[in-house]
Amino acid sequence: MKQYIVRRIGYSFLSLFLLSLTIFVFVRLTGDPATLLVEPGASEADLQAIRVQFGLDQPLYVQYWHFIASFAVGDLGQSFYYRTPVLDLYLQRLPNSLLLAATAMSFSLLIGIPTGILAAVRVGKFWDTTGKIFALLGLSLPAFWVGLVLILFFSVYLGWLPSSGSGTFWHLLMPAFSLGWFFAAAHMRLTRSSMLEVLGSEYVKLARLKGLPEALVIGKHAFKNALIPVITLAGINLVVMINVAIVVETVFAWPGIGRLLYEGITFRDFPIVQGVVVIGGAMIVMVNLVVDIFYALIDPRIRLES
Amino acid sequence: MSVTTLPSPIAESRPDRPVAFWKGEGFPLIPVLILLTIAFVAIFADLLAPHDPQIGSLARRFRPPAWQHGGSMEYLLGTDHVGRDVLSRLIFGARVSVIVGLAAVFVAGAIGTLLGIVSGYLGGWVDQVIMRLTDTWLALPALTFAIFLAAIVGPSEFNIIVILGGVYWTRYARVIRGEVLSLKEREFVRLAIVAGCSKRVIMWRHILPNVINSAIVLATLMLGVVIITEASLSFLGVGVPPPKPAWGLMLADGKKGLMVGYWWLTVLPGLCIMGMVLSANLLGDWLRVKLDPQLRQL
Repeated sequence: MKQYIVRRIGYSFLSLFLLSLTIFVFVRLTGDPATLLVEPGASEADLQAIRVQFGLDQPLYVQYWHFIASFAVGDLGQSFYYRTPVLDLYLQRLPNSLLLAATAMSFSLLIGIPTGILAAVRVGKFWDTTGKIFALLGLSLPAFWVGLVLILFFSVYLGWLPSSGSGTFWHLLMPAFSLGWFFAAAHMRLTRSSMLEVLGSEYVKLARLKGLPEALVIGKHAFKNALIPVITLAGINLVVMINVAIVVETVFAWPGIGRLLYEGITFRDFPIVQGVVVIGGAMIVMVNLVVDIFYALIDPRIRLES
Repeated sequence: MSVTTLPSPIAESRPDRPVAFWKGEGFPLIPVLILLTIAFVAIFADLLAPHDPQIGSLARRFRPPAWQHGGSMEYLLGTDHVGRDVLSRLIFGARVSVIVGLAAVFVAGAIGTLLGIVSGYLGGWVDQVIMRLTDTWLALPALTFAIFLAAIVGPSEFNIIVILGGVYWTRYARVIRGEVLSLKEREFVRLAIVAGCSKRVIMWRHILPNVINSAIVLATLMLGVVIITEASLSFLGVGVPPPKPAWGLMLADGKKGLMVGYWWLTVLPGLCIMGMVLSANLLGDWLRVKLDPQLRQL
């Protein structure tokens, strides 16, 4: 067990190392990183000053060392536009992103789990087909377009909901739904397949043989067990949501991390762009690590396998 | 030769296979027709578009579609914020989506299939390195990573193709590697080794043809993802550069008329994206079941 956890942590560090290397290489591959680190239109003297200040005149391996050393202590550089450290900006926006992601996740689970169960209980029937179509639409519609159409209906035509900004519960509804629909499809599919697997298991057969009412078999015996993989996926997706919310946040002017990234792009504020990507990648590596260790703790098959 | 006239048991068990590949049950006729229409429109955009998609006149801005009050037959689907014909832009936008979508899926497929075959067949440390790299790239949220790359290299159609190809190869690599692992234990590969074929020849001549079906299925399923990502990048201003007509870019421009209810600028490009992505997904689902039973679990 210890060995498994140690190796799994080792893999995570390797992933973080490759992540930082990827970003380091790509920034340098496409030209002089100094041009990314100064405001557009800076003079040659400014460029040279930046090169010296950030050590870009030194050999690559020294540069790389500085690059990861500063990340390790949480120094992601300073935003050109806001003139404050990127990490501060990130942490400022994080609560908004978490709020949006949590609401979107609630939507997606509220939609995904019941439809998934219905689809599994009635395979090939009306609800199964309806669920499939709904899931397919969720995967085929760009989330930001769903957002734009929602604005058109609920803000412009009906005037019921505010079209952008934040502050009240009403501001949250449309962005959370646009973001949640895409994930509802994934959660529905997983609930369905997980339920089908559990419904075919011995203990469900036994529960039925005992003569338990079908509602109890599905609700208590099957559902609880089928929920484990869904909750795991939801946990991972919560982190993914924070990171893919950029287009939805842009549409609704929601002041989260995605919006920060968008501002970073439009103002050519490179430290922000780089910082958001680095933290996002690191977050996902960490979540995967936690999930894997948690699984190994509850399921001996995994830790004994390798 | 009597042997050749014997009915093959394999052929008998699947009598419909050579006769009507596309007449089988559940063939997604409507999605295929939609995709063919989009391809046709993309190829003949110059002939089909009634106006120049990039030049408008400010005097004719925000004209509604023909059937609405104030619309005219001259601009069938209305005009945008600088008076450009929406129909013409949608038609030329199809060209951008088709080119970027197909090219990016091909680039991703080529990188992923190559790495998957090499990783699976050679094994050892090569496999370890490639798979760890795949894990790392999978850890990055694809959209954010694409935005990051696009922000570095700047917006252009060519860059978008390279970026999307460079972001989405991981899924191919994973699946293809898995297939190669089982393929390399098969008789014909062992025979090829005994016959003295080099590793390169085995991978190219014996392994590749056997995984190409899976690669095609994956490519069809990835097409939708790639098109949505391209639209998102263009919407954010790091994709196809204006004034080129791309559907994502039209949605970004459409925001200027959204709050006053100029719905055609938002709804129509989105419907085009939806039509193409939905069709590609339905075709991909069907192909997956038809061509590759192993992939049904995906």
